[in-house]
Amino acid sequence: MPKTEIKEHIVMRNRDIENIRDLDVYLANGGYAMAKQALTSMTPAAIIDEVKKSGLRGRGGAGFPTGVKWSFVPKELNPKYLVVNADESEPGTFNNHEIIDENPHQLLEGIVISAFAIGANVAYIYIRGEFAYGARFLEQKIAEARERGLIGKNLFGSGYDVEIYVHRGAGAYICGEETALLESLEGKIGQPRLKPPFPAVAGLYAKPTVVNNVETLTNVPRIIEKGADWFRSFGTEKSPGTKAVSISGHVKNPGNYEIPLGITIREFIFDWAGGMRDPNLPLKFIIPGGASSNWLTEEHLDLPMTWDDMAAAGTMLGSGAMVVLDTSVPVVRAALKVDEFFKHESCGKCSPCREGTHFLVKVWERIDEGHGRVGDIELLADVGKQMLGKCFCPLGDSSVSAVNSAIKFFRPELDAAIDAQH
Amino acid sequence: MLYEQHKAEIDGILARYPVDRKRSALLPLLYLAQDVYGRLNRDSIREVAEILDLPYTDVFEVVGFYTLFYNEDVGKIVLDVCDDVPCCFCGAEELVADLENRLGIKAGETTKDKVFTLRRVKCIAACDQAPVLQANLEFHNRVLPDKVEAMLTKLRNDVEAGKPVSISGRLAER
Repeated sequence: MPKTEIKEHIVMRNRDIENIRDLDVYLANGGYAMAKQALTSMTPAAIIDEVKKSGLRGRGGAGFPTGVKWSFVPKELNPKYLVVNADESEPGTFNNHEIIDENPHQLLEGIVISAFAIGANVAYIYIRGEFAYGARFLEQKIAEARERGLIGKNLFGSGYDVEIYVHRGAGAYICGEETALLESLEGKIGQPRLKPPFPAVAGLYAKPTVVNNVETLTNVPRIIEKGADWFRSFGTEKSPGTKAVSISGHVKNPGNYEIPLGITIREFIFDWAGGMRDPNLPLKFIIPGGASSNWLTEEHLDLPMTWDDMAAAGTMLGSGAMVVLDTSVPVVRAALKVDEFFKHESCGKCSPCREGTHFLVKVWERIDEGHGRVGDIELLADVGKQMLGKCFCPLGDSSVSAVNSAIKFFRPELDAAIDAQH
Repeated sequence: MLYEQHKAEIDGILARYPVDRKRSALLPLLYLAQDVYGRLNRDSIREVAEILDLPYTDVFEVVGFYTLFYNEDVGKIVLDVCDDVPCCFCGAEELVADLENRLGIKAGETTKDKVFTLRRVKCIAACDQAPVLQANLEFHNRVLPDKVEAMLTKLRNDVEAGKPVSISGRLAER
């Protein structure tokens, strides 16, 4: 099957234009012209309308339509805030990392346009604490743009102010959940809030707030520049555009790739990422959308990579993070590592997640160490059942994906691991 | 005192947030205090709490919640090796064992000379670079066996030469 090439990158433009991270290079390639156009000759409603028409869906995981999210913000309540979710922490995901380091100004321009569209004068970029360099780098880039009058007061003579501040998290996956992120930005421990009220109505400091992912906002200047129809020329009807997808594990060429939404998993792994690393070790399973997602195996290779197709197959496109593992990987160890992650990252707010993730790890651990007991697989399934749908936020549910996937696809291997111990 | 000695930086941080919402400055101030004092002990937590008019226990709770805040002594260089999926299947376990061996400590411990602390951490968003670690939150990509000794030597030499270190990553380079 021939590789479906994209003519140009929408978000990873650093792959097309060398040194686009430098302000002069970005400006020479039309940078900040769309911010100027938006603020001086477009109404917020017109911008929201264009983004709605483009069908842009949130790139952070949930895939919610961005323009629709923006339109939930009540006009009469002020101040409003735009918060950028740069807390990229889902195991397997590293595409925001590249956008921040290599194409920062397109993100900043997207923030300026989007802040204007929702009526916010202040935007905070909540960046994970481990991106210490990225945080410093973004601060430099903001300062450069501010010096040239591209961020700050009375932008382009429009009378509109947009200030952008960088706020570093401090190591907590849960802060990628938007309400936990807001708690953390308010200087508290990152535990999710009960919804409703949704952030659009009562978010940061209980003010109307839009929380958008880095990649989502980086799309915005190009949509304004080239229009919704151009954006829709990439991808599918319900999942338009491209997606920066990270691929890692046992493939020949791990890394980030900006794909048109809708190509198959087979094409992505074998044509884009070079296929399996070791010809003697075939594919065993795929964690297709970050550690939270249900696993897939060889039988799913022809699944198109869109939000809806992945959901119909019982998994998700998630944050765009595919982990490909070969037959050298023991299923018990993989499931243990995934659930160790969720145990470590559980915020402790609700019991099913706080206790459940401990139970899961305890059982996986004893099987992994050679002390598995008869009935442990049923026990794992039962704990999972007690957690699924009963946790305060999606984190707890996510830890059940590894349990259910391992049982669904690799039951004989799990049974053998326990039998060998008796 | 923290505020007097770092007034410009602290005022700059406070200016990012609404005047009645200065608690938002808590994480950045804790990073600063951690760099200045080497860890977040009771005194440094109390100082940060006073700057922000917060109860001591509120700040203490925040320090305990986040993995990048250290309430115990750490070395001048904190080595964070990602051992998550997929890194653990792409050389991370071998890297941890190698570092433990060379440094003569187990993960979670600090060397006697207080130069290195070694930790296993969760995903650091560089999965394609496995095995990958951060040294004071600066990325070291594809740390294959033949690169370990040179990396440790350089880090140790930097410390001995008095190069400024920031365990909070405030000086992190690429």
